[in-house]
Amino acid sequence: MNKQLNRLALFAVLMLTTLIVATTYWQSWAAGSLAAKQDNAIELVSQFEVARGLILAANGSTVLAADRKVKRNGQTFYFRRYPSKGLAAQTIGYSTSALSQTGLELSLNDYLTGATSNLSNAIQRTLNQIGGGTVYGDNVVLTINAQAQALAQKLLGDQCGAVVAMNPRTGAIDVMASSPTYDSNLIDKLGGYAKVLKTKGACGDSSALLNRATDGLYAPGSTFKMVTASAALDSGAFTPTSGFNDPGYCVEYGKHVSNAGNPDQNGPETYGHVTLAEGFQHSINSVFCNVGKQIGPKVILDYAKRFGFYSTPPLETPANQRLPSGLYKNNKLWFPKDPATEVDPGRLAFGQERLQVTPLQMLMVGATIANGGVVPRPYIVDKILGHDGSVVSRTRASSLGRAIKPETAAELNQMMVSVVQAGTGTAAQIPGIQVAGKTGTAETGVNKIYTAWFVSFAPADNPQVAVAVVLEKQLNGFGGAVSAPIAKQIMQKLLSH
Amino acid sequence: MLTAIGFASVYISRKSHISTASLTYALFFFILYLAAHVVARFTVPNADPYLLPLAGLLTAIGLTEIYRLGPSNAFKQGLWVVIGVAVFALVIVVLRRDYRLLENYKYLFGLSAIGLLFMPLLPGIGQTVNGSRLWIHAGGLQFQPGELGKLALIVFLAAYLREKREVLAQGRVKDWGPLLVIWGSAMLVLFATGDLGSALLYYGIFLAILYAATARLTFVAAFVGLFLVGSAAVYEGTPHVRERVTNWLHPWTTQNVYCAFNGHYTLRQDCASYQMVQSLYSIAHGGYGGTGLGSGVFSNAQGAPLIPFLSTDFIYSAVAQELGLVGAAALLLIYMVFVLRGFRVSLAANDGFSKLLAAGLTFGFALQTFVIVGGILRVIPLTGITLPFVSYGGSSVISNFIVVAGLMLVSDRANA
Repeated sequence: MNKQLNRLALFAVLMLTTLIVATTYWQSWAAGSLAAKQDNAIELVSQFEVARGLILAANGSTVLAADRKVKRNGQTFYFRRYPSKGLAAQTIGYSTSALSQTGLELSLNDYLTGATSNLSNAIQRTLNQIGGGTVYGDNVVLTINAQAQALAQKLLGDQCGAVVAMNPRTGAIDVMASSPTYDSNLIDKLGGYAKVLKTKGACGDSSALLNRATDGLYAPGSTFKMVTASAALDSGAFTPTSGFNDPGYCVEYGKHVSNAGNPDQNGPETYGHVTLAEGFQHSINSVFCNVGKQIGPKVILDYAKRFGFYSTPPLETPANQRLPSGLYKNNKLWFPKDPATEVDPGRLAFGQERLQVTPLQMLMVGATIANGGVVPRPYIVDKILGHDGSVVSRTRASSLGRAIKPETAAELNQMMVSVVQAGTGTAAQIPGIQVAGKTGTAETGVNKIYTAWFVSFAPADNPQVAVAVVLEKQLNGFGGAVSAPIAKQIMQKLLSH
Repeated sequence: MLTAIGFASVYISRKSHISTASLTYALFFFILYLAAHVVARFTVPNADPYLLPLAGLLTAIGLTEIYRLGPSNAFKQGLWVVIGVAVFALVIVVLRRDYRLLENYKYLFGLSAIGLLFMPLLPGIGQTVNGSRLWIHAGGLQFQPGELGKLALIVFLAAYLREKREVLAQGRVKDWGPLLVIWGSAMLVLFATGDLGSALLYYGIFLAILYAATARLTFVAAFVGLFLVGSAAVYEGTPHVRERVTNWLHPWTTQNVYCAFNGHYTLRQDCASYQMVQSLYSIAHGGYGGTGLGSGVFSNAQGAPLIPFLSTDFIYSAVAQELGLVGAAALLLIYMVFVLRGFRVSLAANDGFSKLLAAGLTFGFALQTFVIVGGILRVIPLTGITLPFVSYGGSSVISNFIVVAGLMLVSDRANA
């Protein structure tokens, strides 16, 4: 009988070994994927046992996100509160007990919960666990300028749109405002999320949760002429003094493509004999239409790509809250196989066609010109500090490569200065400081309703700040009239620091 | 032997002390085990010296975790452990001369096994808890008679198969009669009460003893075949079982499915497989080192418990979270040592009845551990039974102490 008993014993040992193997599987291999599951209540709760790090505006002066300590059944939980209410709400996002996370609260979660696997963190965490102490997350200091950010949100008011500003030398984002916005503290309150969802701006149909600065797509209109002009000059096909004749329209496929309407005249503006620089200054569509026809869509698109189009701009926010700019077809980024035949060169040249861009991308175009032709890599996290104040990491300014030659950048800089001095963007003039800018007024498909743009930087000879403003659904609202004044105030605010 | 017990007690007290349990618990525990040890020392001096300390270790781990999950439960469990130790002492004292006289009452054991299993079905004292009619209650106490029924059945099977093993091996049909009647009705009762975990357990024990007695793998194969046919029929016939299997195979869904609890359409992990999925999260959260005793997460931020039946059926997922892979593997290794000692007792025994009894008790112990922990770990479909010595539950503690008593009696005789 002992033979059978031995076999039974072996079988029993095998069963128990299986259990050890299975436990090992769940606690090591599968642990990561289980922890990432949305319905994992344990991970959610244990995250709230960590004193989540603060999110601070530049210089650490303004607290954008902090903790609310709650004791329940002998346990201490740290819930989020947002002392600055809705300041940069979409960028910072939220971290709540009811819903998961968005914005920087999501993408920087590992830092904020102290879960990043550097050695000192791991040791600290273990010591705290043994001693039953609180685990503290790292604090995050952003590049956001709190006053300029607040001003931008105030100026946007209940209009739908976005304001983004950066230092063109470094790529540090000073302002990232999206409107309509919401109070992040509402999300965790009963019925608060529904209330936020119902928030409508003046445009009537848009979500307050959307970060328009990086996630909103708009026709760039004439601001795209910065890209077309870059292509025209940088490729050597044109100089700023190249001459054009403007009859008020340009001929494409045998049909007239008219210039923009002029509120002072009945019908399209007509300029007659002009240079490329004058065409830029007064944003004459027929000039750019002819430029586009001559250099072709492929060259324009290639230059657009150098500025960052067709790739998602890098930033610390979650990747799904940023969109690439470019030609769009059926709500998808479209890569034309043969641009020469598939893309209308004239309309592309003055920023209509199928172009869809984010405010951040247009800011990058303006900042590149300001930065002598090198595309600055945008960033919003200045540094990450440990609970004890030690620097965990610090962002170093870097570039995404050169888009255009320094000479081309200088020529464009000059052309943009004349736009503000005596062109379409005079509303952005700042006394004593030379401002460079470009207006944009994109058709929306609805008569007299426009997307109003202004992209600018200042001072023109030594750029410290670049800004892009977009306003949605402006009735007869031209970029130079409604967006330029906002850009002006933001630049003034940032330059006064 | 003294050292082993001493080591275990120190370990027990240290464990209790580090956790939130008070020192009194540890001291009380130490005295209780000392008492159990003294009884064993005088009545069965030649018994295997590891079994009782191992049982003590498991009980201490269980008690500590139960205390951590709910101090009031720990007090009740403590009382059950006292009763368990008393029953242990009683069994040893009563049967110290010769436990083999039990063999003479095999049919009585067989019938009482069925009787005990039937008890919860009786009106008046029977009670339905969590959809299964397994409990009887009398005077404020709840008891699962099936736990004792299991032991009675093992005694019957060991005795009957010892007597008939040769004729059975030759395949005389009429000798199968009593075996199949008693065993078959036990299974029937189990299906009727909806206790699938126990049904699986009994079937396994039956097969193990049958194989040990007859050495005929064909019998085992035939019964495994019957089991598969039966399972298929049960799967088709009972939605209860179908649901268990579905939860086992597909605990997570990406689309809403019908939820029988509330009649709505939700994700399965929010409904039928909620308990299993949250329990897996609990285990995964433990990682290698665990969160540490007292630091595990078992309730949501509002303080509501996340995993139902955590201290009974699901205690393993609590232990695995707080003690991590290291602790959980150590716990399973304790079970493994206990099981190996049990089989050693069986191998050392001199007569067929003793061998089969020890093997049946030990294999049942191992299989029970496998069924519940394997269910929690998604190795097999989940059926709720207790984890021996560790789970909260009086009947389970008592029957497991009887198992230890039985194994010690057998080993004492073999070593004498």
